[in-house]
Amino acid sequence: MRKKRKQSRLLEVWHQLKKNKVAVVALFVLVLLFLVAIFAPYLAPHPYEKQNSKLANAGPSREHPLGNDRLGRDILSRLIYGTRQSLQMGIVSVAIAAAIGILLGSVAGYYGGWVDNLSMRLLDIYQAVPMFLLSVSLAAILGPSLRNAIIALGIGTVPGYARIMRASVLTVREKEYVEAARAINASDIRIIFKYIIPNSIGPLIVQITMGVGSCILAGSALSFIGLGVQPPVPEWGAMISDARRVMREHPTHALYPGLCVMISVLACNLLGDGLRDALDPRLKN
Amino acid sequence: MVRFIIKRLLMLIPVMLGISLVVLILIDVTPGDPARMMIGAQATQEQVEALREELGLNDPLPIRYGRFIWQLLHGDLGTSLMTKRPVATEMWERFPYTLTLVVLGTTLSVILGIPIGIYAAVHQRTWKDNTAIFLSLISVSMPSFWFALLLIRFFGVYLGWLPISGVDDWKGWVLPSGAMALGLTALIARQMRSDMLEVLRQDYITTARAKGLTEGRVVYRHALKNAMIPVIMVIGGIFGVMLGGSLITEVIYSIPGLGQYIMTGLYNRDYPVIQSGVLIVSALFAVIILIVDVIFALVDPRIRSQYTRKEKRKAGRQLAKETKTVETS
Amino acid sequence: MDEKLLEIRNLAVEYHTDEAVVYAVNNVNLTVKKGETIGLVGETGAGKTTIARSILRILPPPTARIVSGEILFNSTDLLKLSEKEMQKVRGNKIAMIFQDPMTALNPIETVGFQIAEAIQRHNKITHFEAEKRACDMLEMVGIPMERYSEYPHQFSGGMKQRVVIAMALSCNPELLLADEPTTALDVTIQAQVLDMMESLKKRLGTSVVLITHDLGVVADTCDSVAVVYAGEIVERGTVEHIFDFAAHPYTLGLFGSLPQLDSKERRLKPIKGMMPDPTNLPPGCRFYERCPEAIKECAEAPPPDVEVAPGHTVKCIRVKGDAA
Repeated sequence: MRKKRKQSRLLEVWHQLKKNKVAVVALFVLVLLFLVAIFAPYLAPHPYEKQNSKLANAGPSREHPLGNDRLGRDILSRLIYGTRQSLQMGIVSVAIAAAIGILLGSVAGYYGGWVDNLSMRLLDIYQAVPMFLLSVSLAAILGPSLRNAIIALGIGTVPGYARIMRASVLTVREKEYVEAARAINASDIRIIFKYIIPNSIGPLIVQITMGVGSCILAGSALSFIGLGVQPPVPEWGAMISDARRVMREHPTHALYPGLCVMISVLACNLLGDGLRDALDPRLKN
Repeated sequence: MVRFIIKRLLMLIPVMLGISLVVLILIDVTPGDPARMMIGAQATQEQVEALREELGLNDPLPIRYGRFIWQLLHGDLGTSLMTKRPVATEMWERFPYTLTLVVLGTTLSVILGIPIGIYAAVHQRTWKDNTAIFLSLISVSMPSFWFALLLIRFFGVYLGWLPISGVDDWKGWVLPSGAMALGLTALIARQMRSDMLEVLRQDYITTARAKGLTEGRVVYRHALKNAMIPVIMVIGGIFGVMLGGSLITEVIYSIPGLGQYIMTGLYNRDYPVIQSGVLIVSALFAVIILIVDVIFALVDPRIRSQYTRKEKRKAGRQLAKETKTVETS
Repeated sequence: MDEKLLEIRNLAVEYHTDEAVVYAVNNVNLTVKKGETIGLVGETGAGKTTIARSILRILPPPTARIVSGEILFNSTDLLKLSEKEMQKVRGNKIAMIFQDPMTALNPIETVGFQIAEAIQRHNKITHFEAEKRACDMLEMVGIPMERYSEYPHQFSGGMKQRVVIAMALSCNPELLLADEPTTALDVTIQAQVLDMMESLKKRLGTSVVLITHDLGVVADTCDSVAVVYAGEIVERGTVEHIFDFAAHPYTLGLFGSLPQLDSKERRLKPIKGMMPDPTNLPPGCRFYERCPEAIKECAEAPPPDVEVAPGHTVKCIRVKGDAA
């Protein structure tokens, strides 16, 4: 019975979302990026690390549609493989941040009192450091690598999720079904996981979708300053950084990876906007 | 009001203590020896050990923390391991650059973003609105460092109008502040638009219209003032984003500010620089947020009255008295 | 007394949303005489507020559309005025009181400013004189003028509604549109506010269109009544006539759902069913589905207005049968 209701709710959101053509296109783009990431070895025309000094900085050709970078590597193949790193940074770091945020926010909101106070003061300390400075510092201290960049981004963005979760738990907590669950002596953990989290996750979904976008953006920035993905593994931000050296003569080398970042972030933002309208049609302007 | 500000400043102290402790612990638990970094790989283990002793790195964590706080209270932020100069002096020299960059960038995004947002809201659902939304969405989705490079390539290299790095004169500031402002302009415009639309739906706007006020007065006096309140809140956060963004922008444009200093410190594991840098930038951020909150309270009487109710009442009585004397005379 | 102040002819208003067209007001005819108080009665969503807002032309801009009709105010058609001319009518000749005083005042301006603003807009006087008159208005609605520079959040609901009333009356309007002015207030405050409106109305000679769903209020304060159902006026006439000789089944239903002290009935008789979906109105009588006396013909064509007594019209074919 409950399962059925949940499904119909999802269906309803999907129906609302379908009406929004822009959001559907955004969803399509994200699915496409996902597929590109998974099937990168089959899609890429060349191995991403294969250098060819003869073709250094070569322009577009039949063999290399987007040309070659300063080490003669095929730019298109590197862009295709780069999808993997960027999506990982976006999705895994948001998953980390959302998991910690949801747990922290729901515990703080559900128990209230000193637990709530303590968590909120911790978040104050957290948020006192500008988010990007925090992520950069963490990434630098942990040492540059894809894994550490993901951890740094994840930890850096926890407070937003925790606060949204707490606010929505505070409203859900007073609802009758939570009272009812308490009345039949359900354990706190059961109440939090079975009733509170599923019912207050709505506002978070939008935040999560947009969060993926902003983590892709911040992740590319980390790689750009050398604190993310390390060469020779291709990543869009790192490719832009690499292309800086030949910016004057070959500006397109920096142009393509930037466009890739922009398109994926734009898709996340548009989908997030669409989801917000679909989840709460009243907010639609 | 003064009490409010003092209270908020006092509340900052534990936050700042917390930040410095966390940074210290983080540096402590991660691998990599600052002393080794300082004198290089060819030094002997004894030399490293001697340096560690000299720097006080072998002391237990609470003692190092206490020492840091004690020095901090005396205005001493330690000495950079790389340049061997006092961190406080170096940061003080670099502070004006970062402040200029952040203030320029924020001002630019505010004076562009707010009118764009209002324009879009007033022309809701027309092509003007749609264009504004679309452009702002693209702008927030762009990596700002990439946009910065494109600006350099176009205005610096291709057109040759503006210097590609350095801030020797005003021209040098144009590209960095423009690059910083783009995404945030879009952010402010989006926020302004949605707040404006929200406010325009409110009953008191209908009341204002029903009074026979001109559309201009309804929008710019009644709606705008109300819609600005949440936008001011966003501007506080935007300073934070700007401070974070200054790390990259200052490196790209070779601006000798705090961001570049911290970046260099991070690359070299120059821990006094990292620790003080994070602390000082956060303190700066906190002060800005406080200023924003004060402005917020000044604009919104519902918050202001918590602090100044008595004074206001007095003013009201004063006015009533004046009108009464006019009546009787 | 018989002079017409306002005459609405064949007014129709639609709301266009992404999904559908809402037919909010259809073919409404209504006359307000000078000095008269007329009650617009009906369920929530019947279109009462839309009628009032159409008169001032302050319908929500992107979606609402006045499709047809004339609104004659002192013989000028308000719908033909330019926006600029209309602004001179709003708040000056015609003023409006809104349903929810909690949200009707701008939270970040002082109440005094909000009243003075309306006065200064419509009168050629100095800022100081406007302030002074605003003070007078506050005193008139029973608020000490010392509270001129306080903000709405410092007032209670009833006090806020007094401010709204002071604002509406500040330019001596000829017509006051009161949209459920007491619905959002406590019962004890309701009577106070109504009494005050009543006495101010008498003093200033204003005509009033009072929108309400409270028949008790209508009996106390109105001269005539128009019953609104699904965007139409189904019955109108003088208060006495309607209360004694109500003819439309819907009006009768409204009376039936009121508790009566002298009645032996132990239960109220609510009207069955719901108002028809305003995006998909039935072709015939709109009350057909809920009407206890419906016959087949009711569903076929819209019923005409039938005059059962001078000034008392009913939109029902069954009534026609009775009169014939």
